[in-house]
Amino acid sequence: MEDDLTKPIALMNDFIKVDHFNFFYGEKQAIHEISMDIPERQITALIGPSGCGKSTLLRNLNRMNDLINGVHHSGDIRIAGTSLYDPKVEVISLRKRVGMVFQKYNPFAKSIYENVIFSLRVAGRSRRKELDETVERALQSAALWDEVKDRLHESAFGLSGGQQQRLCIARAIANQPEILLMDEPCAALDPLATLKIEELILTLKKQFTIVIVTHNMMQATRCSDRTAFLYMGRLIEYGETMQIFERPKETQTEAYISGRFS
Amino acid sequence: MSEKSTISQPFATTGRSRKGEPWVWLTAAGLTFGVLMALGLFILICVKGVASFWPQRIELLEIKGDTTRQIAAGIPSQERLRKDAQGVEHEELQFFHGNRDLQAEAFRYYDRSQIVRSTQPQEMWWVERSENGTAFIFPKQVESDGKTIQAGDPAFEPTLDRVLKKGREVRSRLRQIERKEIGAISREMEALNRAERSREVAPGLAAERRATLQQEFERLQKETAEMRAELAKSRLLGSSADGREMVFPVETLLNYFPSNRAGFFERVAEMVRRMSNFLTEDPRQANTEGGVFPAIFGTVIMTLVMSLMVTPFGVIAAIYLREYATQGMLVQLVRICVNNLAGVPSIVFGVFGLAFFVYFVGGGLDQWLFADKLPTPTYGTPGILWASLTLALLTLPVIIVATEEALSAVPRGVREAALACGASKWQMIQRVVLPASMPGILTGVILAMARGAGEVAPLMLVGVVKLAPSLPVDGIAPFIHPERKFMHLGFHIYDLGFQSPDAEAAKPAVFATAMLLIIIVVALNLTAILIRNRLKKRFAVSSF
Repeated sequence: MEDDLTKPIALMNDFIKVDHFNFFYGEKQAIHEISMDIPERQITALIGPSGCGKSTLLRNLNRMNDLINGVHHSGDIRIAGTSLYDPKVEVISLRKRVGMVFQKYNPFAKSIYENVIFSLRVAGRSRRKELDETVERALQSAALWDEVKDRLHESAFGLSGGQQQRLCIARAIANQPEILLMDEPCAALDPLATLKIEELILTLKKQFTIVIVTHNMMQATRCSDRTAFLYMGRLIEYGETMQIFERPKETQTEAYISGRFS
Repeated sequence: MSEKSTISQPFATTGRSRKGEPWVWLTAAGLTFGVLMALGLFILICVKGVASFWPQRIELLEIKGDTTRQIAAGIPSQERLRKDAQGVEHEELQFFHGNRDLQAEAFRYYDRSQIVRSTQPQEMWWVERSENGTAFIFPKQVESDGKTIQAGDPAFEPTLDRVLKKGREVRSRLRQIERKEIGAISREMEALNRAERSREVAPGLAAERRATLQQEFERLQKETAEMRAELAKSRLLGSSADGREMVFPVETLLNYFPSNRAGFFERVAEMVRRMSNFLTEDPRQANTEGGVFPAIFGTVIMTLVMSLMVTPFGVIAAIYLREYATQGMLVQLVRICVNNLAGVPSIVFGVFGLAFFVYFVGGGLDQWLFADKLPTPTYGTPGILWASLTLALLTLPVIIVATEEALSAVPRGVREAALACGASKWQMIQRVVLPASMPGILTGVILAMARGAGEVAPLMLVGVVKLAPSLPVDGIAPFIHPERKFMHLGFHIYDLGFQSPDAEAAKPAVFATAMLLIIIVVALNLTAILIRNRLKKRFAVSSF
């Protein structure tokens, strides 16, 4: 809560600035000339049919696509004015500022406790008190604390699917990143667990800039402030969620959200 | 009825499933065949191995030839059918006589038709001694401290027991003097000689010290001579089946067992005693008698050292191959080469180990660190360290392949999650990928251990001997002697069965040793499996 007071009240509207961004897997171009501004501490949803490039775009925001052989890009992405591709930017320090939650919950083969503090461990922080506080704060934020506080040192695999996914969210936010990327976080969960995660996402908005990829139209309308519709690697339409779903300007958007193609 | 048939027809499952049935049977038969073969071998070895310790009844035979009459004692071992020159079949019984000091062959065949009588006299004894092997005798008298007690006297066996106990004590004291104290003196003498040669010690001082050592040596020799003389005063007298006198000085008399008189539980106790002797004693009589302790020790130490050497190397190599190297033609080629390494005959590894480890590395070490001992080699000669390294090389492919598979089985999502948390690639491997693949890596270690513990051929070139005078780990500084030669159960089996002067006499020991080797390999594997299961349990119910 103190963080909120010390941070400037004026939030950036172009906290993440995607600038004429093209991305290629080898010969195949996955993203065509996308430019969009993602505002700070809001939830931005990326929607579109499978293979439209929304996951690729998301994974570029923390340069996760660097791992794949033969990829290249043009254009630029800037976070708070700094280019991700600036040679001076270290990928590791970038990823510390940009947390990520994946489609399939993927806790490590460690205890719940060790899962949460993983990002602190790899950053070389090992003061017991700090770790304990981080675990409690992150699990509280992920609405998991009450369920697991008595078995922090048990295997993470003993949790249910929804709990595991919330654990992954706790892990992603433990080191207090500024941005949280979510790649279809509810795709592998049942409706009840999905509801819980959605509630969680809405509370997390106070602290993080969230970019979420989703296939679920309802989820986009329930959770997000702004929505971008991508199709065949191009940004078709981007605006307030209400506007996109109620008064889409593009016919392709309208066709997609009304379920006429996918 | 008609309703039933309309329901059952559309599914028509029986026909389709029957089509697959032959394959089920074939696969099941294949498995059964394999299991039966393995089980048969295992049971044969175990039955024969355990039976070799069982104190059988001693039989006294009366054999009547055409002109001769003969009395012999022993235990039956096996039967055979022999055809003589006329083509007449003879049913023959093989007997183990022992008493090698009276007759050259311990085993002999008798025509069954010539055995006129076979009895089991109560008073016959089974006698163990450190020279000339087992003896079957009628005990006559025991002489101790000038007194003579006849068999049948109630004090006879207690006196003999006391004499045997004292004999054991004196023998162990003698062994200590000979191995430790005299050994220490000769080592110091050697060191003194070297120091004198390299002029680190003034000649006068050396001569003085040498005189003291010589005195000490003579004192010890006198002491042992006295102890031996004392021992010689006690002895057991007996007679063989055909009435020849036999003398058993306490120095070589180990134990006796009245096998024909003993009840079931006494015989079981005797069997357990023989088993424990087999496990804890040094071999005697060209390895055919006594225990195999040095071989057990050598096998276990060598396997453990091998595992400790090969695991880090294999895992590191696999990490580079799988995680860091750019996957392409070259890496694929390396991978094929590693796999082919597993197919190279193990004797080739032995030759390589001899040339590289023993002569090149060991010889180099000698030049560098032990130059003062040359031309006597220290590390430039086959030894347990080189044997372990050679086997480590032999089992390297097993570890590399298993580790690579375990690494590649770690899901991409987990790796990405680690990277997304700000881990570097090494941190990801070290903290997430390696722990997750630990069970798979341990499976590789188990396979490597099983392969390494059973390997004999390469060891014959790089360090195994039929009789090692001392263990690679003992109480003499620096306590661990990686340069020493060692004994190995696998080689012991080969040596007993095919190199021993009396292969027939060694047969029970071959089975017992084989059983022991199997038990040790299984025990080592079980340990590794237990460790793996503990690791798995810590992160039970993986959701992947």
